[in-house]
Amino acid sequence: MADMTPVRTKMPEQDPRVRNKNFSEVALGYTPEMAVSEAQRCLNCKNRPCVSGCPVNVQIPDFIAHVAEGDFEGAYKVISMTSSLPAVCGRVCPQELQCEGKCVRGIKGESVGIGRLERFVADWHRENGKDKEVDIKHNGKKVAVIGAGPAGLTCAGDLARRGYEVTVFEAFHIAGGVLVYGIPEFRLPKSVVAHEVEGLKKLGVNIMTDMVIGKVLTVDEIEKMGFDAVFIGSGAGLPMFMGIEGEDALGVYSANEFLTRINLMKAYIDGYDTPLKKMERVAVIGGGNVAMDAARCAKRLGTKHVYVIYRRGEAEMPARREEVCHAKEEEIEFRFLCNPVRVISDENYRVTGIECVKMQLGEPDASGRRRPEPVAGSEFTVDVDAVIMALGTSPNPLLTNTARDIEVNSRGCIIVDENMQTSKENVYSGGDAVSGAATVIDAMGAGKRAAAAIDEKLKNQK
Amino acid sequence: MYRIVDKKVLNSAVTSLTVEAPFIAKKARAGQFVIVRADEKGERIPLTVSDFDPAAGTVTIVIQAVGLTTKKLSALNIGESILDVAGPLGCPTEFGDAKKAIIIGGGVGCAIAFPQAKALYNAGADVTVIAGFRSKDIVILEEEMKAVSNNLYITTDDGSYGERGLVTDVLKRLLDSGEYDLVIAIGPVIMMKFVALTTKPYGVKTIVSLNPIMIDGTGMCGGCRVKVDGKTKFACVDGPDFDGHLVDFDELMRRNTLFREEEAHACRLEAQNNG
Repeated sequence: MADMTPVRTKMPEQDPRVRNKNFSEVALGYTPEMAVSEAQRCLNCKNRPCVSGCPVNVQIPDFIAHVAEGDFEGAYKVISMTSSLPAVCGRVCPQELQCEGKCVRGIKGESVGIGRLERFVADWHRENGKDKEVDIKHNGKKVAVIGAGPAGLTCAGDLARRGYEVTVFEAFHIAGGVLVYGIPEFRLPKSVVAHEVEGLKKLGVNIMTDMVIGKVLTVDEIEKMGFDAVFIGSGAGLPMFMGIEGEDALGVYSANEFLTRINLMKAYIDGYDTPLKKMERVAVIGGGNVAMDAARCAKRLGTKHVYVIYRRGEAEMPARREEVCHAKEEEIEFRFLCNPVRVISDENYRVTGIECVKMQLGEPDASGRRRPEPVAGSEFTVDVDAVIMALGTSPNPLLTNTARDIEVNSRGCIIVDENMQTSKENVYSGGDAVSGAATVIDAMGAGKRAAAAIDEKLKNQK
Repeated sequence: MYRIVDKKVLNSAVTSLTVEAPFIAKKARAGQFVIVRADEKGERIPLTVSDFDPAAGTVTIVIQAVGLTTKKLSALNIGESILDVAGPLGCPTEFGDAKKAIIIGGGVGCAIAFPQAKALYNAGADVTVIAGFRSKDIVILEEEMKAVSNNLYITTDDGSYGERGLVTDVLKRLLDSGEYDLVIAIGPVIMMKFVALTTKPYGVKTIVSLNPIMIDGTGMCGGCRVKVDGKTKFACVDGPDFDGHLVDFDELMRRNTLFREEEAHACRLEAQNNG
């Protein structure tokens, strides 16, 4: 009989006033007792709505049943049948829109904490479990994966388990993509990502770093190296700017640059060479998860005032609720319905402020959200010494510029058919490179579907 | 890991390192750069490829020891390795069908101007090189540049070698006395600015190679944005070569000062650690 407590087991967290000064993980994870207790809230429904909400099809009630019995290793086995990166998903998936959003317990109370349980199981396995030697029968076929982010790593893992010899080409000096350069340590410890990457290497996946495909090799040249298929998971890495006056002043950064300096290059840790400027007051422009990450990083660097400036209202923010709550607890200051019109700088071209205009919400636009419109004459200035633009990203044309036979749409996104194949035979793509900026789990789902499609195609080829 | 197979000390501050990087060597062309990370805690910095040998699988980079990373790199020896070298990045220089060109290098910029001169000279163009230095003791690559040019002019600020004066003095004289269809200038931003100002009245196409602050070198960070013809461009993917008559050099000089205090700080710490 399920535990009918209407609220979920609370996740222990670092105190907000402590954690906004360090980069350690915010959520501390369940203890085994908490996990078992939370798992007992699962009704083990026959029709499994939660599974239908999972882009990688984790058999959720099955793994939770193992947790409820204290069989954590058994739970891990269930998850790892379909998910390559459970410790990552348990932390960064928007579960409230996916598995948990469909949970029956959510109708009359709080849904089962599926993400928290997934994280617990993955962490437990990392610390206590044993990876058995995987017995893979090689099929003699080779697949190249471009990009070691969530889409590429998932695709690589799935293909390696099916017996393919997989080589991953990564442009940066370490694997992980957005998991290492974008998402901060306090949401996703880099040791967790490194562990998942090590797991793939144990499956025989070969990862080549420092390989900027489109420059050092073209897709055609990769095919000529003897690969039977290619998967492109190059993400959406190009930052957008607003195009307003003063945007090239000293102290205006893209969120990509700011986060990369911190997360990938570890500029905040003594002994690392990458520089970072000390800031007193920062404006982060945008309302998505990347804006929350940038704001919370800025706070942790000792910035006195961090403002998030967003042109719509709080209800329209695309960021996860949990991230917004965490940011508020950490004393991030929100300025809703404001839009920057100009960056102000001093005689040395260093940022001193940002001029904004107040906005009001009009009729719904193409996204279904009410369109923000400027209120005439409402301009005001926020004093800041740095501005971080977190306005979204688009796919990088570096690769497709040297592969003209791979069709892209007007936004530079790679076009694929229902089997994830591009306009070029045996070249597949998925993740942000296809969809434009989206979530880690969607990219993983795409990598997974592409791996299945590649397998389907190649296993029938002699 | 990218093993160093040759090292030449060109002057007291400038070192040339040749590293094994077979994939890059096969693809590199004049004007392109690599992103280098010296060690595990190192930063990523862009360095222009100054020579490449596809057969040997090596690329050569020339480093002026001005900051923490360039000092670390300069201290490396043959047999040691650079942790990361990624490239070739940026667009290769587009020489068009230039028949008579002037290539201008300022200081360590000569190391980057060298492959340009070599490419044009090997393509049969008439190549004049103007190489500017502060003084005689820091003159580099004289023999190499002589080998890939029809005329080589060396200027020094103090007159201790070659002609006393600035590269633009020689440039103006040449433009007054002959027809040229291309000028390429590589060196300090201030030099490139004045080269572009000098050639503008003559209407000679002028290419400059920019080297702003970068992290990834693939268009991802936007740190390298420069204003060209009033539009924001990313030097790493749209450049590093641009039309010198359209670049906002003053803004570039300002942007390059962003981390000046932090870099000076890091160098001081380094000096303390070394005793």
